[in-house]
Amino acid sequence: KVDAERKKTFVLKMPMELTQSRIQKIWLPSDNRPALPRRSCGPQLANSPTVIVMVGLPARGKTYISKKLTRYLNWIGVPTKVFNVGEYRREAVKHYSSYDFFRPDNEEAMKVRRQCAMAALRDVKLYLTEEAGQIAVFDATNTTRERRGMILNFAKENGFKVFFIESVCNDPNVVATNVMEVKLSSPDYRDCNSTDAMEDFMKRINCYQASYQPLDPDDYDRELSLIKVIDVGRRFLVNRVQDHIQSRIVYYLMNIHVQPRTIYLCRHGESEFNLKGRIGGDSGLSNRGKKFAVALNKFVEEQNLKDLKIWTSQLKRTIQTAEALQLPYEQWKALNEIDAGVCEEMTYEEIREQHPEEFALRDQDKYYYRYPSGESYQDLVQRLEPVIMELERQENVLVICHQAVMRCLLAYFLDKSADEMPYLKCPLHTVLKLTPVAYGCRVESISLNIEAVNTHRDRPEEAKKGPNPLMRRNSVTPLASPEPTKKPRINSFEEHVAVSSALPGCVPQEVPTQMPGQ
Amino acid sequence: VCMTNCPTLIVMVGLPARGKTYISKKLTRYLNWIGVPTKEFNVGQYRRDLVKKYKSFEFFLPDNEEGLKIRKQCALAALNDVRQYLSEENGHVAVFDATNTTRERRETIYKFGEENGYKTFFVESVCVDPEVIAANIVQVKLGSPDYVDCSNDEATEDFMKRIECYKNSYETLDETLDKDLSYIKIMDVGRSYLVNRVMDHIQSRIVYYLMNIHVTPRSIYLCRHGESELNLKGRIGGDPGLSVRGKEFAKSLAQFINEQNIKDLKVWTSQMKRTIQTAEALGVPYEQWKVLNEIDAGVCEEMTYEEIQENYPLEFALRDQDKYRYRYPKGESYEDLVQRLEPVIMELERQENVLVICHQAVMRCLLAYFLDKPAEQLPYLKCPLHTVLKLTPVAYGKCNYVYL
Repeated sequence: KVDAERKKTFVLKMPMELTQSRIQKIWLPSDNRPALPRRSCGPQLANSPTVIVMVGLPARGKTYISKKLTRYLNWIGVPTKVFNVGEYRREAVKHYSSYDFFRPDNEEAMKVRRQCAMAALRDVKLYLTEEAGQIAVFDATNTTRERRGMILNFAKENGFKVFFIESVCNDPNVVATNVMEVKLSSPDYRDCNSTDAMEDFMKRINCYQASYQPLDPDDYDRELSLIKVIDVGRRFLVNRVQDHIQSRIVYYLMNIHVQPRTIYLCRHGESEFNLKGRIGGDSGLSNRGKKFAVALNKFVEEQNLKDLKIWTSQLKRTIQTAEALQLPYEQWKALNEIDAGVCEEMTYEEIREQHPEEFALRDQDKYYYRYPSGESYQDLVQRLEPVIMELERQENVLVICHQAVMRCLLAYFLDKSADEMPYLKCPLHTVLKLTPVAYGCRVESISLNIEAVNTHRDRPEEAKKGPNPLMRRNSVTPLASPEPTKKPRINSFEEHVAVSSALPGCVPQEVPTQMPGQ
Repeated sequence: VCMTNCPTLIVMVGLPARGKTYISKKLTRYLNWIGVPTKEFNVGQYRRDLVKKYKSFEFFLPDNEEGLKIRKQCALAALNDVRQYLSEENGHVAVFDATNTTRERRETIYKFGEENGYKTFFVESVCVDPEVIAANIVQVKLGSPDYVDCSNDEATEDFMKRIECYKNSYETLDETLDKDLSYIKIMDVGRSYLVNRVMDHIQSRIVYYLMNIHVTPRSIYLCRHGESELNLKGRIGGDPGLSVRGKEFAKSLAQFINEQNIKDLKVWTSQMKRTIQTAEALGVPYEQWKVLNEIDAGVCEEMTYEEIQENYPLEFALRDQDKYRYRYPKGESYEDLVQRLEPVIMELERQENVLVICHQAVMRCLLAYFLDKPAEQLPYLKCPLHTVLKLTPVAYGKCNYVYL
């Protein structure tokens, strides 16, 4: 009889009791089982850590690919870091004298170069096993089978997956352009003139030619997982993709290109709801918003672009803005503003009154915070990924969107962390002009000189002290591509050059916030 | 987003029994599901319509003039239908399924494409593994109308000779000679790929899809969460927990899964309480996908159908007029759902055994993909509570399904 009672209570207490996490609104079992990692917005993208190994002669775009890929992976939430062996070499050998360093018969230098590779691999191991990294990009020439064999052994010992990315290009014009764009300004050549630098670098490339053993997926390397990128993306050879993340990496590499082009990001013109301090909704443009649309039309004309694509969301305010341009545009539902769920169409006062706990929680962790029945910035990133992929495929594009959406897109282009993303400044009536340059992105902020309310809310003081220590954190917040472990002593090439410019005769927008904002 | 400007002509290339028709049908199914009107044109089918009775491999001998004439006629007839589909019937993509093993034939087709303003994309399947070829023959050739009066051995022997007929004149897509064409070469059933000159978004999506599909046998299980508290009240949407009967279902599901003895089963749920509670009963790890959440009914969330009819009579009527495209005010449509579910389908293609615990509208969308149901039928597919659908791929990527 006692057993029956006990069994009955057991049945009543059966699992399926769930509680919803306060910030992310994820349902978790109520008992004290370990919670799902913070990333759980989708499936686990990678299980074993992966080492991506770049392969190729100098000036073939290895570092360009490494950095761009790393930026993308971090943005979608996969902690990734680049390990550039050249930087380790610059730390070890303080002054670069000439290409003689790279001669295959220079025993002393060969020793140093090998040591640098080992040091970098040690840091790869640390990153993947102790620093919660998922992917390490090992950026070096790795042009011999011997070197690649050594890396494969290292990975095997540590239980890492390996994926090779080889860049093959024999077009002398492409190589020369690369040398001019990123090598002449390298710390190695800071005391040289361009002609001497170019000459030396070409001799440097030559040092690798004789011993270069390209990946051979038909025979010697048929068991390896790899992609060979040929002639800057004209052709690809893909072998043995092992898992989801490698499949995503291949897809990304096949969509990026190096054609010069410009991406313009802006928000819709000021809306009726902006004026009232209300968030979300689907209101139309205010009078000033309409003026902005007209100013945007003029701005676009002046930019004199060939083939500009225009994208909007499916909310009225972005479409009204695009209509003023009198050009064809495409509507993407994926560009709609973040869904504020139960808080849609409220003012911040109303939210503070009616949902005080939610109001506080959002300030604590704005990236992961999901509005009840709504979305988080983390959700936005997942929803925007196809937009980013298509932006990579396209050339000149103007994206007319919304504050939170624009912050997500901007964070991708400027390599901003999840922590910074929700606080990036994206004011109304301001166009951001993004141009790819060297290894990064140049951004110009152009205010179109039409007054609007300020919808920006800075990180509150208390939150600046860091998250509540009582809050469980189950995994590392995805970072922007971390600083390279060995920084060059003189960082002579700027990755992001932010230039604020306004149309002549106008005063840049000042702070005063009478209206609360997002 | 408009994905195609010019229509696209996909041209299959490869010896017989290399999976061309498998790929054609599967790709067509996928493209239609994501909203790109696509149709396949199988030249063998045209040949069967013209030459009522297939006698033997001799029809395919390279010196059989009569045979060659008929085969060329069929190819042209098929191309004519392609032209009609793409230029007059609002088709976006046509898949031209034939061996197309000579450069000469491919040039003819490419010119045809150019004349009509189509972009041409070649998909070649190369495979030399005799076991794979034998397996293909067993799976799809023995049951072909060509061999309806033959024993399996006779059919296999004849088919092998048929393949031989093509080998001498086979010109694979070449790195140099074909360097200006857009194509993907699939080697050894997806072990490796060669991709050349992808021109646009749709070709990029096609390449991504082809690189994610596989032919390893596996099963996909689809079901809804157990009955929820709101189901009991006749209310839609919301985020309620399971009712008592729903919890019973969860336990039965656990038992059922145990009995099926499935190797390495992955379990996926949405991020709504009712699917997670259902999964919890299984006692195995599961992954939550926000994109598997039920269709957002916007202003109608948590209402009964009576209440919707009362408060939004116009909306109520509109939904019945075009249930696939109808979007709830501040909510979603089935069409939106399909777009949101595409990454789920892509990952399902990559995976092997998977159980997806989801919701009615979501399950309808997924089912429509596997069973190749058009948009008009999708919102009316039967997906009752407490029922598991087991999907097993069979010939040509179709799916057998069993209600459990």
